[in-house]
Amino acid sequence: MELEIINQTPIKPAAFSINCTKQPLSLSLSLSLSLSLSLESRCYVTLADQKFESHTLAYLTFVSYHRRNMHGRPRKAYKPEEEAASAAKAAKLRGLQSQFMANHHNKIYTKEAVDLSTKLLEINPEAYTAWNYRKLAVEDKLSGIESDPDLVKTILDEELRVVESALKQNFKSYGAWHHRKWVLSKGNSSVGNELRLLDNFQKLDTRNFHAWNYRRFVVELTKRSEQDELEYTDDMIGSDFSNYSAWHNRSVLLSSLLARKADGFLPNKKIPDEYKLVQNAIFTDEDDQSGWFYHLWLLDQTVNVETPLLTSSWPSHSSRISLYAGCSKGSFSKLTTFGSESGSFPLVLYFDQAVGGVSSSTVTIDSELKGNEDLVWEPVSKKNSQVSCVWVARLKYISSEPCFGKEYKVKVRVGNSPGIVSSRGCNFSASYEFVFTAHVHDTVEESSQDGIVSWKDGFDIWDAESKDLNALATLDRSNAQMDSKWRQEAIAEEIDLFRELPDSKIGKLTLARLLMAKAMISDDAVKGVHYNEILELYKDLMALDSSHYQYYKDEHSVALLRKVTSSTEDLSGHLFRCRNMNNSVCLRLNNLSLSRIASVEKLLFVQMLDLSHNELHSTEGLEAMQLLSCLNLSHNRIRSFSSLDSLRHLKQLRVLDVSHNHIGEHSVDTTRYLCSSPLSNSEWPQDEVGSQMPSLVTKYWDAYFVLRDLNLKQLDITGNVIAGDEFSSFVLQVAPKLVWLDGKKLEI
Amino acid sequence: MSDLPPYPPLDPTTYDLIIVGTGVSESILSAAASSSGTSVLHLDPNPFYGSHSASLSLPDLTSFLHSNSLSPPPPPPSDTPDFLSVDLATRSLYSSVEIATFDSSILDERHSRKFNVDLCGPRVLFCADESINLMLKSGSNNYVEFKSVDASFVGDSSGELRSVPDSRAAIFKDKSLGLMEKKQLMKFFKLVQAHLAAAAASSTESDEGAVKIAEEDMESPFVDFLAKMPLPPKIKSIILYGIAMVDYDQDNVEACGDLLKTREGIARLALYITSIGRFSNALGALIYPIYGQGELPQAFCRRAAVKGCIYVLRMPITALLLDKASELIVVETGGYKGVRLATGQEIFSQKLILDPCITVGSESMSSLTDQQKETLRVLVPKSISSEGKIARGICIIRGSVKADISNALVVYPPKSLFPEQLAAIRVLQLGSGLAVCPADMHVLYFSTVCENDDQGKAALLSAMSTLIKPQVPENLQSDSAVENDTAEAAKPVVLWRALYVQAMVKGEFGGSISSAASPDGNLSYNELVESAVKLYEQLMGSEELFKEETSPDNTTEEENDGGVEIEA
Repeated sequence: MELEIINQTPIKPAAFSINCTKQPLSLSLSLSLSLSLSLESRCYVTLADQKFESHTLAYLTFVSYHRRNMHGRPRKAYKPEEEAASAAKAAKLRGLQSQFMANHHNKIYTKEAVDLSTKLLEINPEAYTAWNYRKLAVEDKLSGIESDPDLVKTILDEELRVVESALKQNFKSYGAWHHRKWVLSKGNSSVGNELRLLDNFQKLDTRNFHAWNYRRFVVELTKRSEQDELEYTDDMIGSDFSNYSAWHNRSVLLSSLLARKADGFLPNKKIPDEYKLVQNAIFTDEDDQSGWFYHLWLLDQTVNVETPLLTSSWPSHSSRISLYAGCSKGSFSKLTTFGSESGSFPLVLYFDQAVGGVSSSTVTIDSELKGNEDLVWEPVSKKNSQVSCVWVARLKYISSEPCFGKEYKVKVRVGNSPGIVSSRGCNFSASYEFVFTAHVHDTVEESSQDGIVSWKDGFDIWDAESKDLNALATLDRSNAQMDSKWRQEAIAEEIDLFRELPDSKIGKLTLARLLMAKAMISDDAVKGVHYNEILELYKDLMALDSSHYQYYKDEHSVALLRKVTSSTEDLSGHLFRCRNMNNSVCLRLNNLSLSRIASVEKLLFVQMLDLSHNELHSTEGLEAMQLLSCLNLSHNRIRSFSSLDSLRHLKQLRVLDVSHNHIGEHSVDTTRYLCSSPLSNSEWPQDEVGSQMPSLVTKYWDAYFVLRDLNLKQLDITGNVIAGDEFSSFVLQVAPKLVWLDGKKLEI
Repeated sequence: MSDLPPYPPLDPTTYDLIIVGTGVSESILSAAASSSGTSVLHLDPNPFYGSHSASLSLPDLTSFLHSNSLSPPPPPPSDTPDFLSVDLATRSLYSSVEIATFDSSILDERHSRKFNVDLCGPRVLFCADESINLMLKSGSNNYVEFKSVDASFVGDSSGELRSVPDSRAAIFKDKSLGLMEKKQLMKFFKLVQAHLAAAAASSTESDEGAVKIAEEDMESPFVDFLAKMPLPPKIKSIILYGIAMVDYDQDNVEACGDLLKTREGIARLALYITSIGRFSNALGALIYPIYGQGELPQAFCRRAAVKGCIYVLRMPITALLLDKASELIVVETGGYKGVRLATGQEIFSQKLILDPCITVGSESMSSLTDQQKETLRVLVPKSISSEGKIARGICIIRGSVKADISNALVVYPPKSLFPEQLAAIRVLQLGSGLAVCPADMHVLYFSTVCENDDQGKAALLSAMSTLIKPQVPENLQSDSAVENDTAEAAKPVVLWRALYVQAMVKGEFGGSISSAASPDGNLSYNELVESAVKLYEQLMGSEELFKEETSPDNTTEEENDGGVEIEA
């Protein structure tokens, strides 16, 4: 918001950019004050000239406010003589400005008039109008003598001199810096002195963001090399490594140098050097946050690859799936079997970052299954945006001609032709091909079609059919042409180092992040080794630092789920057979105090999932599990149906247990304001239920939006505040296919 | 001194205080006494200010060291009818003086005025030390300008110089410390800082919850406390010898002349820490006066002169005047009346402070009464070895001991150069930026405390050979000298060298006649200032030095290209 205001400064909507560096308190104070001043001057342009008066008064108030409260140190109250001096100064300023305004109105640009504005600006560098007047005056003078370069130089040099003396008065004046940029962009004037001037200002206040901004401007103007600027940050960091502005500038410069592969700037050489530099800062003073921030940035550079990669798919490469017609519950007694009434199965692609442009032209399918010539790829994302990590297409396996008992080979090529682009604008370049076999069966079993699904008991240990699970392995990232060796080495070195620094919170957190990063970029074989250490670190942190408890809790959940999904052995420990349901396979992740869902990319095959007795607030992430048909979320911390929004993408979901949560407990649902308001939604009053009972839809609109899109046969809602006769009757209307509600069979 | 120009007789002839010698201690006393309204006559037998703290040209330095080595013949005894006259003798503070010139061009006329070489080097000021405070308080800071000592190093026999990581930025940039060592060192500094903050706060407020070093630790040896922290030996050595400027080997309790307590160690660190950043122009903790250490006594003398003190240089005193009739002796003066100048004039005062090298021979004492002996007791020479000796060395070199650095301090901790090295050796390199030598040269000062002359000089020679390329004196040079060692070739070349051993004499209060302290073996003036302050309090009855706050009259000075002006 602040940025927008600055950009609307009069005459020239300049490209002020504020680097998001840590600034000392005093800076932000003056920032907000000068913002209010620039607002005033904006008003002046659009409204009337008398605004200028209040502008100056605001400046004086600003001065006196500053005098009393600088850095929290109480200033002495004004003595009478100081009051008098201040009043005299104000009177003088008022006199100056009324003269100046008269000149401005009458467009007088004589030497005397311009000198008057100089005087005004030297007292009050915040006087925007005066800067603008000077711009007009310069334009006026230049229009006459465009041909004489010496005269032009004299005029512009005089402007630079005025700015310099104004900056001496207040080097945080936006108007003055802005004017300087304007003068320089006129060209013709020498820029040689600018860096020297900046050195002085940056010595005065090393974190002065005006100076850093202006520095970047001058560097661009003079085409100073980024290497030279990088060396400058070396000096600045060397003299004070708490200067985050310098670290930040360093990261900006390095990103650019690495991205364009400048001479000697290869990530595998340069990033390890940067680790060494920042280690010195961290180990010298671990209480200083600048180094830690930079370290976090480095870790991000080490782990993340710009180009998007395909992480996993369902069906996975070289797997053999069995497809049945109709929704048979017996059909998921094996992990690789799937049945659907619609006669189609989802083909799921999971990318490591949100991508767009997945379509039948970028993903080609070579299959013997008929009727899949023009596949529609849909992004599985919250707000129907056109980028998503998860993309799904539905392949028909029952077509007009009989196909039962046959095997079909399906070959999928992702990224065959360009077009898949990450939200950051990077192209998916590592094209990938996978093949699976689909065995289409006739529907055989037709037993307890409408039986109730019970989560209570009757689970048997899953007789590990490891062959099945092997086929579920995700794509190895090392396949994806990632130069992972230096990354692994860099992270391994960091881990060894930070194991020695265990006594601080940030040290523990960094170690946990490093271990996690190692797990992410290592081969499958060594994964899982450090998960217990990561979990211990987050447990320690939860105990040590209660103000960030939820963050550590979430990270703990992520690590735990990664551990569970890290190997077939770990995963099979959580797989059970549900005796009551024809020995269907169920993934049980109950009672793990999970607060967040992760590692979904490894669980795309799951059709029955038990997440009960956890601490989940939301189902975000589950939308990728396109095969899911039974989900138990009982005894969690779901607070509203809006938190279940992601379930709308699960077209196969038939059984949902959300009993014993907190739905309806909180009258004010803050997430509601993040969702589209029902009143702005034009579609709902037109549909059947909406027109039948508008009051209930208005009351339960969040439930309405979720349940309407689901195709539930069984729902458990007891133990929530929202549950009751009224809500039950509403549910019956919204979910007409429902057979079981809260354990009771509905009489229809 | 035979060519003394004839002096007109001094007028007035009676003063509250006569001071002989213009060393740092005497000059502080003179300025302090003058400021408090005392009438002072300040004499010096030498033609320059500073006595044993002076900065001199090479010939003057040479002749001063030699002339002081030889006791001048006692003046002819001359009794006046009114007083008993006791002849004074001069003892030399310097022994084993050895001066070698390797390049005689250095003594050329064109160079001679460019040298300002200290007698009491190596010596610097800590930005936060007592001498600076005293200068600010007295206003004598107006007469001196300083520059920073750019770097300090700890060296060893390999010739390698490791920079002393004495600040946050220095620890960050240090290349020789490991990461864990950096962490430990910084943690220790933070502890010291927290302790100092807590100590400062507890004097005004309650000290609950403050981090402080335990009282029993404060009384334990500092070296044990450092080991307990725990700091590895390398860092321990840097802190002890490179920052706390300890002389003796703290790991060897028997041989250690002075085992430093934690309380004192922390105080020394505090001085160092508070020195960094006290003056915005000063980069590190240490500063040095432009034109040499001799500027300091001169500055105090100038201050004294402004306050009415009368100065006469080239004016030795030859005898003390005592009351003849013992029954008339006034108790306060102990019979002391005045002094006889070399011109023969007799000058009277209540009190007298003498340069540490002025003594009374025991033969002169024998004829005196017990009362008179008591009055003169501080002038009876004690056996010098009990006071300790300081071996000093001066080398004029071409080149620098460290590339790109002009002014630097190098410390060789005990045992770092050779196994028998008892005490730390400190080396200070100063360049032409301080106006102490011509542009292409540097002056190196060496010092170490020692038990005897040979031991001290051997230690200094060892440090010299580590830093400087050995060279035979000019008259013995031959072409056969082979220089093929590249490491040796990079070392600076010595042009001129002086080695001498200085006796250390402590200041002593003796009622009407007191003796001022000679320069000590420390790097700073702290102990010297402390003893001068104590002597002043004894003389003046615990009156505070420079109690009227003198504000600098003229704080605006010209551009001084990087010089440090100290201002209150």
